[in-house]
Amino acid sequence: MKLLKNIALSDTGFVFNPGNGDSFSVNPIGLSILKDLQEGKSEDAIRNRVIEDYQTDKETIEKDLYDFLKMIEQFNLTDYHE
Amino acid sequence: MSKRKITIAVSGLNNIDSPGPGIPVIRALKDSELFEIRIIGLSYDTMEPGIYMHDLVDKTYQIPLPSAGQQSLITRLTYIHQQEKIDVLIPNFDAELFNFIKLQDTLKKMGIDTFLPALEQFEERQKWALNTFGEKYGIKVPKSKQINSTAEIHALTHEFGYPLVVKGKFYDATVAYSPDQAMAAFNKISSKWGLPIIIQQFTPGIEVNLTGIGDGKGNLIGAVPMRKTYITDKGKAWAGIALEDETLMNIARNMLKGNKWRGGFELEMIKTDKREYYLIEINPRFPAWVYLAVGAGQNHPEALVRLALGEDVKPYESYETGKMFIRYSYDKIVDLKEFEIISTLGEL
Repeated sequence: MKLLKNIALSDTGFVFNPGNGDSFSVNPIGLSILKDLQEGKSEDAIRNRVIEDYQTDKETIEKDLYDFLKMIEQFNLTDYHE
Repeated sequence: MSKRKITIAVSGLNNIDSPGPGIPVIRALKDSELFEIRIIGLSYDTMEPGIYMHDLVDKTYQIPLPSAGQQSLITRLTYIHQQEKIDVLIPNFDAELFNFIKLQDTLKKMGIDTFLPALEQFEERQKWALNTFGEKYGIKVPKSKQINSTAEIHALTHEFGYPLVVKGKFYDATVAYSPDQAMAAFNKISSKWGLPIIIQQFTPGIEVNLTGIGDGKGNLIGAVPMRKTYITDKGKAWAGIALEDETLMNIARNMLKGNKWRGGFELEMIKTDKREYYLIEINPRFPAWVYLAVGAGQNHPEALVRLALGEDVKPYESYETGKMFIRYSYDKIVDLKEFEIISTLGEL
């Protein structure tokens, strides 16, 4: 999964899609995941990084990450050609 | 660099909840780095707010309604020109454009420049001809047809299905979910704007619009795409945001290469979930949100004035995405005397 190239991410967690004018706010974890996607990291790499950063069980992180990725897909923040 | 003094007549001073483009066009002109502009307002109704906005409009003259015909319009414009020595005239209403296009040569002889589409360009993008227009210029258009009687509504169930869009020939559009609603919309819109009524297939998706200006030689001088982020109950943008949309820009560029549009215009498109673009309307003038283009770095009304004066205008190459506009309402206090003067003398 890749983030659309022109998505603007602000350090405050403000996310702007200049292609359709949509904007969102994400928390620090969400922002870190979006930045990972923008850097081209794989879902596996993101999962491992989040597991390392947050002391929570693997199942919870996998489920939450899956939900988050599906959500940004539904919000048209990902490149559907990828 | 000293600014050139110039007098520009502008219509569309109805800066109301469903605003005309006049006041935004004037604001854009007042922002010009090239011109020091005296604005002559052309109004149809004494309640058009622009008449009383003296910080933007220097003098206003009432002009006859488009239905009064070209002769009474040119008689009135001749009088106004004698008083004000107009350099450029920018009409901003769809309904008045036919008369101004027909009169543009006469106006030119009088010394008034305009920058309007040719009659053929104006006519071929009419709502009732949009399917043919789309085929000619390779733009997808929802299926549409014109009807002249409520008796034709029942047949629409099989031909279009519901919902469908009922549109007036100049303004207004309503989504109807049943024949009863289509009937009501037909009666409401036709009583205001006359016949025909245009029926258009409903296309689900998000509406994206583009304000632009063509030089009449096939070049897109400027264009800014926008999505409405807050819409009034009349379907008008109360807020919007400048988009980065290269597909929409290419649609505009290709259209202009084909039809060599002359003047300001607005494309109203639907972008579907599959990222396909359907043209639902072309307005033959700047939209009321044209000032967003100025905010994003492109002064389209200024470019139009330069083109009208016969100057060589280079296309804008960029604009700032993410610029937003948010309208607001404002209670202007007006002395009864001013209302009396415009009502009785037809000028203020």
